[in-house]
Amino acid sequence: MSDPTTTEKPVAPEPERPARSRAASSMQSWLPTVKDSVAAIVLALLVGAVLIMFSTPRVIESLSYFFSYPWDFFKFSGIAVFDGYSALVRGSVGSGSSLVRTIERAAPLICAGLGVTLAFRAGMFNIGAQGQMILGAVAAGYIGFHYDLPVGLHLLLALAGAIVLGGLWGGIAGFLKARTGAHEVITTIMLNYVGRFVILFFLGKETFQRPNSDNLLSPPVNDSATFPAVFGLHLGVLLAIVAALGIWWLLERSTWGFEIRAVGANPQAARTAGMSVSRVYITAMVVAGMLSGLAVSMMVLGRQDPLTDQIAGSVGFDAITVALLGRATPLGTVLAGLLFGALSAGGLTMQAAAGVPPELAQVLQALIVLFVAAPALVRGLFRLRGDGQAVGVEAKGWGG
Amino acid sequence: MKLEIRGLTKRFGSFTANDAIDLTIEPGEIHCLLGENGAGKSTLMNMLYGLLDPSEGEILVDDRPVTFVTPADSIAAGIGMVHQHFMLVPVFTVAENVMLGREQTRGLGVLNRAEAAARVRELSERYGLRVDPDRLVEDLPVGVQQRVEIIKALANDAQVLILDEPTAVLTPQEIDELMQIMRELKAKGTSIIFITHKLREVKAVGDRISVIRRGKVVGTASPDTSEAELAEMMVGRSVKLTVDKDAATTGEVVLDARGVTVVDPRGHQVVKDVSFEARAGEVLGIAGVQGNGQTELIKSLLGLVRPAAGEIWLDGRNISTHGPRESLEDGIGYIPEDRAHDGYVGSFSVRENLVLDLYRSDDFSRGPALNREAIAANARSRIEEFDIRTETADSPVSSLSGGNQQKVVVAREFSRPLKVLIASQPTRGVDVGSIEFIHKRIIEERDRGTAVIIVSTELDEIFGLSDRIAVMYDGRIVGTVTPDIAREDIGLMMAGAHEPAEGGAA
Repeated sequence: MSDPTTTEKPVAPEPERPARSRAASSMQSWLPTVKDSVAAIVLALLVGAVLIMFSTPRVIESLSYFFSYPWDFFKFSGIAVFDGYSALVRGSVGSGSSLVRTIERAAPLICAGLGVTLAFRAGMFNIGAQGQMILGAVAAGYIGFHYDLPVGLHLLLALAGAIVLGGLWGGIAGFLKARTGAHEVITTIMLNYVGRFVILFFLGKETFQRPNSDNLLSPPVNDSATFPAVFGLHLGVLLAIVAALGIWWLLERSTWGFEIRAVGANPQAARTAGMSVSRVYITAMVVAGMLSGLAVSMMVLGRQDPLTDQIAGSVGFDAITVALLGRATPLGTVLAGLLFGALSAGGLTMQAAAGVPPELAQVLQALIVLFVAAPALVRGLFRLRGDGQAVGVEAKGWGG
Repeated sequence: MKLEIRGLTKRFGSFTANDAIDLTIEPGEIHCLLGENGAGKSTLMNMLYGLLDPSEGEILVDDRPVTFVTPADSIAAGIGMVHQHFMLVPVFTVAENVMLGREQTRGLGVLNRAEAAARVRELSERYGLRVDPDRLVEDLPVGVQQRVEIIKALANDAQVLILDEPTAVLTPQEIDELMQIMRELKAKGTSIIFITHKLREVKAVGDRISVIRRGKVVGTASPDTSEAELAEMMVGRSVKLTVDKDAATTGEVVLDARGVTVVDPRGHQVVKDVSFEARAGEVLGIAGVQGNGQTELIKSLLGLVRPAAGEIWLDGRNISTHGPRESLEDGIGYIPEDRAHDGYVGSFSVRENLVLDLYRSDDFSRGPALNREAIAANARSRIEEFDIRTETADSPVSSLSGGNQQKVVVAREFSRPLKVLIASQPTRGVDVGSIEFIHKRIIEERDRGTAVIIVSTELDEIFGLSDRIAVMYDGRIVGTVTPDIAREDIGLMMAGAHEPAEGGAA
């Protein structure tokens, strides 16, 4: 294929109505490339290494005589960084129990991340995983501890409750966008607040109150409503894999996914081709909410976490990072979810074994976010040849 | 200023986009660069403007070798560029846009707007570029915005002006005005590099014509070379510039618009009580200057906008309330005016775009799943049949040249049985070779008994294809005529000057 008319374009595209086509695909241009994602992780680990060095007393002391005996500084730094990161690895994948911890933390991130990914592919920025998870938790928890039902059926009902209520909560944002044009970033953020007050409202009710406790805390779900466990690992995590495969199939192989991707990339062309853009918005947000509901069921029905207003932790927000780091693809989301699960599990060991502040794992996550969000910086540092598109689109996200 | 290019080569990986190009732009000449989309014109100009680094070769200004690392270097050397898509800030005034990047201030950082406006006035007077410096750019018509771009370049003391496909966005009147401006600039000593693929324009203003094909200069010609010869140089084979067609065998009325009125979101009536009939086996051309309601009219035919009043009948059924999906399923084929906006999804592969409105049919899906084999087979046959130049069926459509992108849209719309084909600007931004092909397919579709509606602002196209011509002005059809009407008469109708003098009313 040496025909110039075909091969020239990718490298030197003629300016074919740039303003409009860029607006149409603005969401996609947010996505980092694989290189960007890997570079962001590497860079975060490098900055993390510096932080480990300077949070180690021995290294700081060695600085006071740096000019007479610099070797100490480098030696102690090396040891500190090695100890810290080896503890991180040990704590995340070094033993059976640490693997279990990593996977247990990764599974909800993956599910909620898939919800963000799916919405993203439909051209929407779903900030509402948090609220959708909270609503799912209310349903799963209530069904789980309030009723006495046969093993199996109880679990299924509680799980269905979480998925349905999460889906409804996501669907509200989709409906508002489709019918009124309300921007999903605003509505999902607001629904997160509403969700938090919904769970506080319920926690104030007698039914949701754990006996003999003064805190706003529910009882854990009954054993009949929990996921079975093998080697200490609850089998709900398998659902994360199923969900990832399912979303991959939906996006890449189904007619509905074809519509989602078309609407996400160019809603005008999708409409002209006879697709219903509003139906795609609504259904995509419903499924995204269902995935958040599934995510929180891993916590409520898997780890038997009691309901509090902090039930979702920061999973709903980390899910956004996971989806972006994973380039809004199902496989990428799974990998990014595992990484974040590992960071969070290993962070504890890092503190216990190497004396590194526990916040460092969170700082690493935050740094990854920062570097993923600043592809121009990362590309400059690594001299990666980007396609130049992701540069200068910082303000375009609103155009979706 | 004399600009010389010697052996300029640009390679992208193993691909050579520009191969040892030699060009000399003499002071005060209009040098036309003629070539199909994707021939390498833009690559060459991007090197001249400091946007791309040449792999080999050199650029000389007044016999002095120069290197352009950024556009600022080229501007400093006296090169100005007017891009096909304007680089203006819509909410700024003309004067503010012109001063952008070289803002003059009066103490304390206060912008000296008065001086900028005076500069614009001076330039516009000297070169006959009529522009009001205090108007907001967003309120100006496209042709005037282009003048602002030219003034911007001149304000930087450009002595060589590169105009990249400047006529693609203009109406026939605006094109005439632009050519007048180009002659004026030339008379004042500015050289112009005029990039285009329209032969008529090259012959009208060019002093010298360099033809580029597949990254090489294949020849230089003078403006008295015939259009057919130029086209042959450009495409590399002989090309038909007229449309071959037999007289139409007109059948039943297929599409019947009755008193269609469309109101835009701002509440203005943009289509006013339009009625027409499209018959099987004929091409109805809708002529008119851009922005006289054609866009909204055909959108209402497909159901993309709902008419505020009036009815649309297809084969004796009222389809006024149908959305695009039903209309497509009823057998309306639609080639939208702005293909990048409405016609394809740029990030989708050629294969996917070829089924963008067919994926849900039984041919390409099995229940909820896409039938990937059928979609791939469809892509293979369409790419072959329509000679779509793409590396693979998996390449994103945005990586194709404009002509090939349009072929993807056309191929898709022709891949199902049609009752009505609505094609808006079917050959805008498309090279000569592809225009010939697309026109041929449209006439074939007509001869198959489809009612064809062509909307175009290019009179050549309207005359070449149509069996009847309806002229739109200010949201109304001001007359329906046959193509034997004189060009001037139809031009007057397009300008709303007079009612048709029964020049063969249909």
